Amino acid sequence: MPSTELETESTGTDLKELATDIVARAMKGGATAAECVVREGDEFSTLVRLGQVETLKESGSKSIGMRVFFGQRAASTYSSDFSREGLDRMVKSALELAKITSEDPFAGIPDASQLGQLQGNLDLYHEDVYSLPGPERIDYARRAEKAALDFDPRIKNSEGGSFDAATGHKVLANSHGFVGEYRRSYCSVAAVPIAQTENGAMQRDYWFSVARTLKKLDAPEHVGKVAAERTLRRLGARKVKTAKVPVVYDPMVSTSILEHIFEGINGDSVYRGASFLAGKLGQKIAGDNVTVIDDGTMPGGFGTSPFDGEGIPTRRTVVIENGVLKSYLLNTYTAKKLGLQTTANASRGLAGTPGIGPGNYFLQPGAKTPKELLAGIKEGLYVTEFLGSGANLVTGDYSRGASGLWISGGELAYPVEEITVAGNLKELFFSISEIANDLEFRGAVACPTIRVDGLTVGGE
Amino acid sequence: MNLPVNIPVNSEKQRFFFEHYGLTERDLERYLAAALSAGGDYADLYFEYLSSTSLMVDESMVKSASQGISAGCGVRVVSGERTGYAYTDDLSAERILHAARTAALIASAPAKATVAGFQKAAARSLYPVTLPSVDAEISAKVELVMRADKAARAYDPRIREVRASYADELRNILVVASDGTFAEDSQPLARMNVSCIAKTEGNSARGTSGGGGRVALDFFFGEKNPEFFAKEAARQALLQLDAREAPAGEMEVVLGPGWPGVLLHEAVGHGLEADFNRKKTSAFAGLVGKRVASEKCTVVDNGTMPWRRGSLNVDDEGEPTQETVLIEKGILKGYLSDKLSARLMGIADTGNGRRESYEHIPMPRMTNTYMLAGTDNPEDIIRSVKHGVYAVNFGGGQVDITNGKFVFSASEAYMIEDGQITAPIKGATLIGNGPDVLTRVSMVGNDLKLDEGVGTCGKDGQAVPVGVGIPTLKVDRLTVGGTARKDPGAFMQ
Repeated sequence: MPSTELETESTGTDLKELATDIVARAMKGGATAAECVVREGDEFSTLVRLGQVETLKESGSKSIGMRVFFGQRAASTYSSDFSREGLDRMVKSALELAKITSEDPFAGIPDASQLGQLQGNLDLYHEDVYSLPGPERIDYARRAEKAALDFDPRIKNSEGGSFDAATGHKVLANSHGFVGEYRRSYCSVAAVPIAQTENGAMQRDYWFSVARTLKKLDAPEHVGKVAAERTLRRLGARKVKTAKVPVVYDPMVSTSILEHIFEGINGDSVYRGASFLAGKLGQKIAGDNVTVIDDGTMPGGFGTSPFDGEGIPTRRTVVIENGVLKSYLLNTYTAKKLGLQTTANASRGLAGTPGIGPGNYFLQPGAKTPKELLAGIKEGLYVTEFLGSGANLVTGDYSRGASGLWISGGELAYPVEEITVAGNLKELFFSISEIANDLEFRGAVACPTIRVDGLTVGGE
Repeated sequence: MNLPVNIPVNSEKQRFFFEHYGLTERDLERYLAAALSAGGDYADLYFEYLSSTSLMVDESMVKSASQGISAGCGVRVVSGERTGYAYTDDLSAERILHAARTAALIASAPAKATVAGFQKAAARSLYPVTLPSVDAEISAKVELVMRADKAARAYDPRIREVRASYADELRNILVVASDGTFAEDSQPLARMNVSCIAKTEGNSARGTSGGGGRVALDFFFGEKNPEFFAKEAARQALLQLDAREAPAGEMEVVLGPGWPGVLLHEAVGHGLEADFNRKKTSAFAGLVGKRVASEKCTVVDNGTMPWRRGSLNVDDEGEPTQETVLIEKGILKGYLSDKLSARLMGIADTGNGRRESYEHIPMPRMTNTYMLAGTDNPEDIIRSVKHGVYAVNFGGGQVDITNGKFVFSASEAYMIEDGQITAPIKGATLIGNGPDVLTRVSMVGNDLKLDEGVGTCGKDGQAVPVGVGIPTLKVDRLTVGGTARKDPGAFMQ
């Protein structure tokens, strides 16, 4: 596992003691189980537009939340007020509130035997995201924008270049004696140029680089150049005739297909039957070429953490293997509802019951390059952007606004916009006919370029 | 520094931060002075204390209940076109001064002393609740969600899954600025939602409904009670069980009154926010005085409607909200502005400076955006359509303000064939071009309606509550994103 001199060891902190103390106070107040989460974070952001600093933002914040159980009744409270009175009130309100909720036979925190955390350095925190002096941070933003503006005379305007950095610290404690904490860092540079044709029609696009350490962040010049190229290729976009043609999803939009699968196979949708994938465990739900993995343990990953939102060590789960649904993604509650084991995918904010979130969640890449994939398509649509939502996991209905490039003779020919892409997800997952080799993590969810057949492209 | 302060005595309710945090006028002077210590042109402080409650019934059990408090202060310093911003969730003098000095770093000049005395915003009461719902008995809120659950299940045996939620909040704010602004407000907000799934052999569908506003709890015990929302959600779910494929391609589209006004929000509203026009990044930049809609269209943004979700006594910069005409008989009249845009563009501040919380920089945002009623009878509008779509309920929408393309997703729609509403169709996305979609509005109904009060708008990662509305209206040509062939000959395989 990589390590750097800037990595700081997690040490015992005031926040861990605070979280443990809150849990103890809830138990003393009569709760049968309790859980406390504390989060603190710092953020810095700057936006430079047309060479001038437009905004500078710098701040830190801290908040605390808790969940209590009286037998099978649960309630939660949160606060940004860390004064004695503020914390007293949070504990008191939680104990009061639990009196009005219902007995839910499946409610509760995980068993003590399930709790724990990954050991070793997960490479999630680098103090260097804040190591740049103020003027250099602004310069990162300025350089990204400048590279875009200088790239081509048709780049005439800009929504700016930006540099952001943030660190977060999360603590979780519960009444089974679990106490854990971890820190994560983040930095990013982005550019949003605007290109204009002679007749005045404008197009905007963007590009960015994001990393847990400055060392892995792309050069601002590279980000600006890619942003300019992506914007320029949209100029002169036209509508197309309504047609049923192959649709290729750029990696920036193919992740949406993985998100639809996630929405359909997370325990919450499954136990309430709010998904057409409910009850399909062990069955084919996609083509043979589709293998989907969720892995919360990858060092340095954007979806990595040593334990999930309930204090269970994260793990690697094969969700779909060669088209067969192998596992749902679950937290403790939904696992109990379905008579299964949690997959350590509990996510939680400050308030409410834990939800379900992915770790590093991705589609296994194929062998072809994106170029080879395109080469096999005579006429088709290459989607670079979706507008709006428009996927219904209950029915599978799928209809989204889109823009991108028309594929003609195996190559990207001209930009298109104001079109729709529609079909049904039940068939779509089986119609992913090709998967390229370009898997790259730009966030917790990653997907290569894919080709989907059988969709209707709506236009004129 | 000497900052003369003249704050009139106010009601008890309006002194929230002075009473709860021991804040004094002298403190406010000190914080603003620190914010301007490096010579900015303008500084403001936004104090916020937000308390919220939420409840959810699921499988007929109140599975979760939650309460919370979030408080803090944001300090903004403006120097020319530059904005410095810092915030703290600790309202001690030390932390606010630290935030003020951090925000001050945006400027680099000698300290300024430009505060000429605070001017209290004219008192207004668009949401005069006596007991904010957040302080009401929790048992009454439990009753609401349980009643909704029961009503949805009783509606039809095919309704299987029901989730009903209730959420309310009370946001106390204080805004003071170096231009003399001094405004306090206490903003209640409550909302109820019902979602259910209907199931038959091999078929399922979802229906959702909800409503609310800046109202007290008793609102939900009137006409818009849990049963109203529950029946509406159940009706929509059952309807979708029988929906057929939606058509694909350009066709006539009739929008029903109320929530389909999300069309205006996406197609023109965002494009008319002044920040985009100052930067000339909006497809509407430079179009004031030009025709952007048919002469039947008059569109306003109105933050002064009593009890409405999108309404505010004062915006988040302390400016009173107003009714702003955006489009009058098809001609673009102006933009929605905040203080910064107004100053830099030399236009009036329309009181549309809003922010999600003390952690966020304010920017021009919509309040309640709607089209005035026309003269056409809604039935005549339907009768005039030979082959088209009648869309009455929508999910959300989105717009790219630079190229003007917008979408909104129909969740309840029907085919119109030979002037008659026929079969329900599956959910479909509608896509169009903002600057010209309203030029194709050929009929405007006499039945203006606003939405039930569920809208939340996102911009630059900031969410704020808004309202929308339209009368029934007909758009002569809009692209419908379905799967059914309209004209088989036009398909390429």
